[in-house]
Amino acid sequence: MNGSAEKLAQALAAIAGEANTSGDPHEIGKYAIHGVTPKALVRPANAEEIAEILRMCAAEKLGVVTRGAGTKIGMGGSPERYDVALVTTRLEQVHGYDPGDLTLSVEAGAHMADVSKLLGEHGQFLPLSVPYQKRATIGGTVASGVDSPLRQGYGSARDFLLGAEFVTGDGTRAKSGGRVVKNVAGYDLHKLFIGSLGTLGVLTKINFKTFPVAEADGGFLASFREETGAIDFVRRIAQSAVAPATLEILSPAMAALLGGQTDLGGMGMDSEGWRAASAGWAVIAGFGGSKKVLRRFETDLGGMASESGAAQAISLDGGTNRSVAERLREAIPLLLDASPATTVVRASVLPSRMGEIFAASRRSGEKHGIRVAIVARGVGIVYTAFLPETSEEKIFERLAAAASEVVTAAEAAQGFGWIPWCPDGLKRRALIWGSGRPDAALMRKLKLVFDPQAILSPGRFFGGI
Amino acid sequence: MLTKEEELRLYEYDGSVETGRPDCVVFPGNKSEVAEIARLVNRYAVPMVGRGAGTGLSGGALAREGGVQVVFSRMNRILAVDYENQRAVVEPGVVNLELSRAVARAGLQYAPDPSSQKSCTIGGNVSENAGGPHTLRYGVTTNHILGLEVVMPDGETYRIGGAAVDAPGYDLVGLFVGSEGTLGLVVEITAKLTRLPESVKTLLAVFETTDDATETVAALTARGITPAACEMMDGWTIRVVESWIHAGLPTDAGAILLIEVDGPKEAAEEQAEAVVETCRAHKAREVRTAKDEREREALWKARKNAFGAVGRVAPDCYVQDGVIPRTRLPETLRRIAEIGKRHGFEVGNIFHAGDGNLHPMLCFDHREPGTFERAMAAASEIIALCVEMGGSITGEHGVGMEKDRLMPLLFSEADLELMKRVRGALNPAGLLNPGKLFPASKSCGEIRAPAMGRGPNELGEGVRGVTQR
Repeated sequence: MNGSAEKLAQALAAIAGEANTSGDPHEIGKYAIHGVTPKALVRPANAEEIAEILRMCAAEKLGVVTRGAGTKIGMGGSPERYDVALVTTRLEQVHGYDPGDLTLSVEAGAHMADVSKLLGEHGQFLPLSVPYQKRATIGGTVASGVDSPLRQGYGSARDFLLGAEFVTGDGTRAKSGGRVVKNVAGYDLHKLFIGSLGTLGVLTKINFKTFPVAEADGGFLASFREETGAIDFVRRIAQSAVAPATLEILSPAMAALLGGQTDLGGMGMDSEGWRAASAGWAVIAGFGGSKKVLRRFETDLGGMASESGAAQAISLDGGTNRSVAERLREAIPLLLDASPATTVVRASVLPSRMGEIFAASRRSGEKHGIRVAIVARGVGIVYTAFLPETSEEKIFERLAAAASEVVTAAEAAQGFGWIPWCPDGLKRRALIWGSGRPDAALMRKLKLVFDPQAILSPGRFFGGI
Repeated sequence: MLTKEEELRLYEYDGSVETGRPDCVVFPGNKSEVAEIARLVNRYAVPMVGRGAGTGLSGGALAREGGVQVVFSRMNRILAVDYENQRAVVEPGVVNLELSRAVARAGLQYAPDPSSQKSCTIGGNVSENAGGPHTLRYGVTTNHILGLEVVMPDGETYRIGGAAVDAPGYDLVGLFVGSEGTLGLVVEITAKLTRLPESVKTLLAVFETTDDATETVAALTARGITPAACEMMDGWTIRVVESWIHAGLPTDAGAILLIEVDGPKEAAEEQAEAVVETCRAHKAREVRTAKDEREREALWKARKNAFGAVGRVAPDCYVQDGVIPRTRLPETLRRIAEIGKRHGFEVGNIFHAGDGNLHPMLCFDHREPGTFERAMAAASEIIALCVEMGGSITGEHGVGMEKDRLMPLLFSEADLELMKRVRGALNPAGLLNPGKLFPASKSCGEIRAPAMGRGPNELGEGVRGVTQR
């Protein structure tokens, strides 16, 4: 440890205590981002300590990257300055859960799994069925902006985030919104934090609307020889009375990955059944309601699937639906494990234009000789994963080109494209934040308000923020 | 463009009890005219305030410090409807209900439905993040807006968000919706359209006391029943409304709940059964189900025209807007009645019970000395009570001029300072809708601009030039 690092660790320890601070190279090595290692790490106990730490870092212009469990820390660009890893996992209290009002207030470092368990005891849930569910924190889930299959039926975090408390880059504790389900007092600053990758402040407390678990649930799987059939089926569902909670489209490679690696006994169908069902492009819908409603949905979906020319269609019972949903929830980690250099493009387009992204993804995969798997959500979000066999440097150029082509295709389809996950070596070569937009100028102005010294995750975000 | 005293007076009011007279009113015809006006206004450093139909209830669209009032009534075109993807692109002056009417044939609607939906504009709805009875199930304005085109105070135009979801970067659309016209002028809106439900059931539950009704609402929420709408009207309001609208409401009741459930036929039927059962369990003396569209419309007519009916019985009616956790409904309503009594008022209540969004009404005659002050004092106490219960000072009407002084009840100095700095970053000279949202303070430095437009002056001529081309 050099002198300045030692001094930094001591200063942090003076705020958060020796036991919650480290400058030990071995330990801080685990907090490296894209190969950049911080000088020290600190685990503050509360918002006051965070404010004190940030005031100190702002005065010294030290780069700070906030993290919860670190499951999604690889997203975004490499930090331009990274002196302190600020870990929020000691902020894990539930401050207020009012099941009768369906509202929850929880500290940012609380684990998704613990919160889900608590809500489950009251027959409620938070519609954030996000990847790394077992380890992820609430704060990381919001700050990373990862979405979940449930957005089909429940929207994304911006639709049920009621308010938040946070500490800005100059060490000021502030809040916006509130704890009630309807509220228009003041600016909705908390919405800016969704997907901000820790560039505006450190979330300390987050308030959500919660939802009642449906009386029963079920699912439906239809497979199509061509992607056009799958898209047509999704279009028919959008124009029907069927209201699925989840609606996912899987390319054949994705379906094989999802079902292929593990024993499918728990999914209520054998490998053969899954392979048959997912031989082509698969559409999986999950839904909740009474038994009667589920039967109605199954009947309607059956009719629509055959009108769309499904090769196969099966209903999934509640248990099967839940294990399929669990696996779909973890699609991103599954993809990241499927190749040593997985690169995931996230395209959002109008639902009717998803086919263009599928086609562009396939074209780029073929052109550059890289395997492609796609999972898409019915609302118009397409995750295209490029899965090269190797992580050798020589693949990077082709990989960057392939991923950037899909980003460009999304933009050409009047949508948005960016690359949330890719090997470190690709961060500077590919269009990880897309081609840029003029409104980045407004975002930079906001960034300056929240973090005047630009100490929070510098260089990690959209628009050079 | 208007500059005559008697014409300007028409723009001095909105739906609130506040006033603010502009020095000049201009009606741009398209977004480039708006941008040009903004550039002129910026050059001459006078205030500029956007306005839709002027139905706002907190003075958000009033020219508190004078200046140029930009009225969007000419920018009222639905520019595009994408039926397959369920999107509409509209100009800000499009009337809320007009959009729903335009897409109804295709089985779609624009879901947010403020009571003023027959006249209020979508641009105004965006500025205020408007709610409405059906937002209980469908969400408020912000949940339905995907993209905006905004003219910033310096005249620069930006597209934020878009037709697709999840633009990378900060959620600027989330920030702009509900910013009460203080960050930019919205000139184009991309909204989500929602499928009309297959089946709708409208129920009227009659209770002897308001407590029974509010406890029913808490029980419905706790049971996980989410109706499309759940509106409450107390006995006093029922009698006033019925005497005017004749919808067949029970005038001897203590309170009624108007509950609507919708969805696929099976779901609506089951939910309706569950609602009936819950109401009965909480001492409803009667639960009626609207037999047909005509009965349904009659019930909603009573609800949507209630404020108008109340306006007939008293010269002045101050409608409040506060939010509380739904578990605190019974207690809060009791205490609101006490507050009213202490100040010499009977408080009428007609509100979005399912959201915990209260609208206590204080009726008075301002010609009676002292009553206006007493009404304001009672209103302030009611809002402070909402905050004490863990709620908010406004659920859908906005802060505007009405509640700027009440913001410190909810927010610390640091919270407000940060919000002001956000405003300062995007509206640096403070020319756009000045004097709103935040309590006045010395540091604001908002000085009333010199009167303009009443005689020939450079800016007036400039603005006239823009709109006459």
